[in-house]
Amino acid sequence: MSLTTADWLALFTHFMSLSLLAIGGAITTAPDMHRYLVDERHWLSDGQFTSSIALAQAAPGPNVLFIALLGWNVGMNAGGGMGGGVTAWAFALLGVILAMVGIMLPSTTLTFAAARWGHQNRELRAVRAFKQGMAPIVIALLISTGWILASSHGSQLQHGPLWLLTGVTALLVWRTRLHLLWLLAAGGLLGWMGWV
Amino acid sequence: MTNPDSPTPGVPPHPADQVHAQPASLRDLFWSFTWLALQGFGGVLAVVQRELVEKKRWLTPAEFVEDWAVAQILPGPNVVNLSLMIGDRYFGLRGALVALAGMLAFPMLIVLVLAAVFAGISDSPGIQGALRGMGAVAAGLIAATGFKLIASLKINIMGAAVCWSLAAITFIAIALLRVPLAWVLLSVGGLACAWAYRQLGQVHVLGTKK
Repeated sequence: MSLTTADWLALFTHFMSLSLLAIGGAITTAPDMHRYLVDERHWLSDGQFTSSIALAQAAPGPNVLFIALLGWNVGMNAGGGMGGGVTAWAFALLGVILAMVGIMLPSTTLTFAAARWGHQNRELRAVRAFKQGMAPIVIALLISTGWILASSHGSQLQHGPLWLLTGVTALLVWRTRLHLLWLLAAGGLLGWMGWV
Repeated sequence: MTNPDSPTPGVPPHPADQVHAQPASLRDLFWSFTWLALQGFGGVLAVVQRELVEKKRWLTPAEFVEDWAVAQILPGPNVVNLSLMIGDRYFGLRGALVALAGMLAFPMLIVLVLAAVFAGISDSPGIQGALRGMGAVAAGLIAATGFKLIASLKINIMGAAVCWSLAAITFIAIALLRVPLAWVLLSVGGLACAWAYRQLGQVHVLGTKK
């Protein structure tokens, strides 16, 4: 499978168009990306798509990096896979750049302009009302995110130890100043041993 | 968070002005964000709160919540938006770009290297188990970040009862009923902003009567 210049441009513009829809994080556009890249264009396999998301979530750094991995895999496939040598690596790199610039450029430009406006006008009643009004909602969204991530393990009954680990972590982080990396290492170790 | 330092004299008591420290240079900004991002397994936000609010004190808890509200409601990756905003505040456009680069450069390198070498071993039960365990910890980290920030609501203009109600409705809608985020932001968020707008007006009227 090889990609024409038009295909690369289509990839870039598709990511650009999704950028401004990504309210709540780039991950919210994952269903549409799957539809486009896997079902419609066949640029990626289902397995490549799923493992890109899993790997980006497990690796350090913002989860938006799954987009870089999608671009990487599209380019790698276009260049003939890992056996494709330098060509494949070059295409993979092109894929990373197009995908990341596409998904980031519109949203970061908007954020930059909007945040700057908001900061310069921070004494405006409307701006203050927005920040004060959104505060409890934003805090509840954080707790909800924790809940949703924990729920992705499965039900509390079937996966008691995992829920317990999440609960104990939350308590330790909330109440102590234990370094977060120790907690992550402990979680990884417990999982490795098969205890959770 | 309690704060032993007294605020700088002459600075008005607006939350946005209670910053106690700031990045020393663009280099400091870059490496601070790189270090944040590299600690963020399963999400960076918990680390941002711990490092920038509790340790470095570039932001007060209240300011963090305010910035996070903006970062969350705008499209794009939330932590990336947040790093952009913080970088811009201290060093303008250059700062925004440097913070962004710090957040993305090394983590991207790592994730691509992992993708190249990980392909063969990702199916082993040990790795799967470790990822599962770290995922459970990451869920706890993010929830704890929310719990810690509850304290910052004490100075909220809407008052405790309204804040708790809004938070409870949001949690039920998002976590339990799985209502799409955009709807919740528009409905509950819209109501909250309107109520805060009204309350701010009343404070203003009281203030002028004095």
